[in-house]
Amino acid sequence: MTALRRHRKLSAIWASEPGWKGWTSSVNHTDLGRMFLVTAFFFFLVGGLLAMLIRAQLATPDSAFVDAGAFSQFFTMHGTIMMFLFAIPTFEGLAIYLLPKMLGTRDLAFPRLTAYGYWCYVFGGLMLLVALVFGIAPNGGWFMYPPLTGPLYSPGINTDFWLIGITFVEISAICAAVEFTVSILKYRAPGMSLDKMPIFAWYALVTSLMILTGFPPLILGSILLEVERAFGLPFFQADLGGDSLLWQHLFWLFGHPEVYIIFLPAAGVISTILPVMARTTLLGYGWIVASAVALAFLSFGLWVHHMFTTGIPQMGLAFFSAASTLVAVPTGVQVFAWIGTLWKGRPELHLPMLHILGFFVTFVIGGLTGVMVAVVPFDWQAHDTAFITAHLHYVLFGGFVFPILAGIYYWLPLVTGRRRFFRLGEMAFALIFLGFHGTFLAMHWVGLLGQRRRIETYDADTGWGAINFVSSLSSFVMAIGLAMVLIDVAIHALIAVRGRRNPWGAGSLEWASMSPPPAYNFASLPEVTSREPLHGDPGLPNRLARGEGYLGTPRDGRRETMTVDIASGRPEGIVIYPGNTRLPIMMAAVTGLFFLSILLKLFWLTPFALAGIAALALVWVWQLGDRADQGLQDAGRGAVLPLVGETDRAPGWWGSVFLLVANATFFGSLLFGYAFLWTVAPGWPPPEWLPPSMAELGIGAGSAIGAALAMRLAILRNRRSETPVPFLALALAATLATALTFGMLILRLPPPDGHAYAATLLILGAYVMLHALLAGLMQAFLIVRARRGFISPRRRAELPIVLLWSDYVAAVAALSLLAAHLPGFLV
Amino acid sequence: MAAGSTSILLIGCSGDLSIVDPAGPAARSIATLWWVMLAGAVAILVMVTGLVVAAFRVRQPVAGDARREKIWIIGLGLGFSMTVLAALLAYGLAAGERLMPRAAPDVVRVAAEARQWEWRFTYDDRPGHVTANLLHIPAGRPVDVAITSVDVVHSFWVPRLAGKLDAIPGHVNVLRIEADLPGTYRGLTAEYNGEGYRGHVFAVQAHDAEGWAAFLEGSTP
Repeated sequence: MTALRRHRKLSAIWASEPGWKGWTSSVNHTDLGRMFLVTAFFFFLVGGLLAMLIRAQLATPDSAFVDAGAFSQFFTMHGTIMMFLFAIPTFEGLAIYLLPKMLGTRDLAFPRLTAYGYWCYVFGGLMLLVALVFGIAPNGGWFMYPPLTGPLYSPGINTDFWLIGITFVEISAICAAVEFTVSILKYRAPGMSLDKMPIFAWYALVTSLMILTGFPPLILGSILLEVERAFGLPFFQADLGGDSLLWQHLFWLFGHPEVYIIFLPAAGVISTILPVMARTTLLGYGWIVASAVALAFLSFGLWVHHMFTTGIPQMGLAFFSAASTLVAVPTGVQVFAWIGTLWKGRPELHLPMLHILGFFVTFVIGGLTGVMVAVVPFDWQAHDTAFITAHLHYVLFGGFVFPILAGIYYWLPLVTGRRRFFRLGEMAFALIFLGFHGTFLAMHWVGLLGQRRRIETYDADTGWGAINFVSSLSSFVMAIGLAMVLIDVAIHALIAVRGRRNPWGAGSLEWASMSPPPAYNFASLPEVTSREPLHGDPGLPNRLARGEGYLGTPRDGRRETMTVDIASGRPEGIVIYPGNTRLPIMMAAVTGLFFLSILLKLFWLTPFALAGIAALALVWVWQLGDRADQGLQDAGRGAVLPLVGETDRAPGWWGSVFLLVANATFFGSLLFGYAFLWTVAPGWPPPEWLPPSMAELGIGAGSAIGAALAMRLAILRNRRSETPVPFLALALAATLATALTFGMLILRLPPPDGHAYAATLLILGAYVMLHALLAGLMQAFLIVRARRGFISPRRRAELPIVLLWSDYVAAVAALSLLAAHLPGFLV
Repeated sequence: MAAGSTSILLIGCSGDLSIVDPAGPAARSIATLWWVMLAGAVAILVMVTGLVVAAFRVRQPVAGDARREKIWIIGLGLGFSMTVLAALLAYGLAAGERLMPRAAPDVVRVAAEARQWEWRFTYDDRPGHVTANLLHIPAGRPVDVAITSVDVVHSFWVPRLAGKLDAIPGHVNVLRIEADLPGTYRGLTAEYNGEGYRGHVFAVQAHDAEGWAAFLEGSTP
């Protein structure tokens, strides 16, 4: 087979539908990565426009351009859009586009999930956009502190848009994080052991694990606040046993890791591009990986530094102040490793390098002011002033936007296959750099003079007018620069001339693909023996195109790739991906219906939406699998591998593990909230406790553990070629008994709108009941699958997945029952 | 609440809001901290920028990665960062320790209660008296302000006297402030609290010894 015939055959198998129809049915990572990035930059424009309105308003004293109400929507939406609808999705889009190419494989682990995440992002973002257009956008500041955002002080729908829209968008972050984690660990080119992974993949892995553990506290907080607003359960009301500080803890438990969730991918971009620009290899690969991991751990230990002024005891302040300064050490290690890399090589001033230099100056200043505000006494003065606004923009613009701009110019030739023609980018960089520093250096100063953040105007006698004017003027210069980048990219994508492959002479695998890359990435998968496979092997792309790698023979119209052993990269199994489908967009639409029903208080619609989600989910999982054993398959180059559905640890199992990591963090945050309210909130103990019941404790925990045991027996029987159905049925019955027990517990609670104690137990009970019903649905699904012949001793992958979920239900059921009954026994 | 109307007039004769123009011991120690940190930050920025620029100019003799890692990562990345940060942390903790409201014989106790969009102040030494948007304190004596809120989260901040502390419903936070000299100092709410945020300001009137005695006796409002 010639390379061209192979290309045609593979394209026929992998291509999306032509035209706009392809947008709604594509599950291909190259398509979705581009769609993600374009959407994210659309939101960047919207957020940028809001920033311009803010700066226009603040340019002169006593400005009457907008009133306090509109201004509060502007600054709330500016922060919200930039954080949730621009920064995180840009990381997702970049990683969705790049990861499979860098890892030498053909797609991410769960292509339909990629598409589902994208559509959740679009629909959730649309909700917030609608709110903005109709002037009913969130207005409590992007960190949404109750009680200001609670039902008493913000009765309008504005806050609900935030809580519901952002939770909807966060689904896409969780989906992407699960997918990246599994893809990086399992979907790599054969031979690519962990220590040969491209550095960007390491950063993406760390970032994904942080999303899985960082986002759940905020999702929990949003749910609690929305429940308080919709049903009057008093989680954040001090007079009813709640505490507004609980929100601050949950929010910043998310919010600080969030900063590093944004910075680490950008650092990954720097670590990838900078050595190429300096014509050398990265100095201290191992050190950089270690410091990224260290940052991830440390970043969860310093959320309180956003709360230094809330009256935390001195010991606590000292601890969190130390942690906050300590976090600068791994950052310092990376910065010096990058400078060392520059010294090691021969740096050249291409356009991406200019943005990297912009990054150095800006990010180092942001880091230095960050260390300043980590020192508690100074934070007591600087907190909530323009100094903080300036600091966080130095960190986020320096630590994210400059690296992303470097990345755009670096990978644009790959995405389009073209060469830059006009020299607009250099001019744009100069305007952005000067404009940025003019805007935000001035803002530090005026903050020190006492200007608070979020005031809509100021008196002339404050003397802040000139500084603010410089700041506003500079911000428009920066905006012009950013607009020029946009024009430059558009020109490049539409009319520039064809360029050659790998124009920068990079060593990583994404450049071994064609540019623009075909839907299948690689005609055959490479065998990787070094960290930079293209260095010293310029013939690799052609050999791959000739089918000399793995899986070089297209067969049966199957979209195939390989999974590997996590540490060594030894080939393990063959994956057959699902093809184009509109299931993800439909699923996202029905998910949106669920969120909409809560937003608009159409609660009669909620059960239908939930049933719709469950039905589509069943269709989703039903489509995979076979009704006959497939046996070992030829993978090329002498490798013979099983299909992943005929192994114990299918990708779905790994996906479930990491989804459950996020889920357990959510559950842990809920228990933290319970303990926090109990020990810190005023208004405790509650007027009445739940009457303890040994029977409830025994039946609830016993049935849940029994279900997990029955699942194990079902797996054993299947292994011995006997039908697993009787034990699956037993597991289902036991799981339903668990759900029923928690239903009873909820009915026995004291009135949940009377005290935060009962309200918290209601959420805890509902959480376990929901999970028991979910596990029950999975067990019922397995019964039907077994009876229809989808399960055999070889085709066994689905059983351990459901076992995982059954085990999880057993764990949370037992813990929740203890948490609910313990106080009753003690008191 | 007759005090409300007079206090509005007093806010008109506004002082400065600058953190770097301190008028009390707490604000002064923080301002010093700021200048020290600024000097250090500028020095580090110059050093880092210099090293980046030098990378384009200097051709280092050929050396192995192991040696480079020792210089750049262990020496500068770990050694330099940790030394600077440890010094700063020690300084910051010591400075923070001095700001704590410790027991002292001449401490005056007042309470500040925030609501949308007003501050009400009460005085341990003059029970029953309430002033709105105007806090009376004696100059030259430490004052502990017990801060709380009846509705949303606010923050009590008098930039020239001390840092800020939040007013949180259901909690009481104590902030130590002190003014060196008699005079009027402007105070602000510093946590976004709704549409009246900008106008949610107050003043602190620091009295000399006689003035303070007169206030406690009730001869000034």
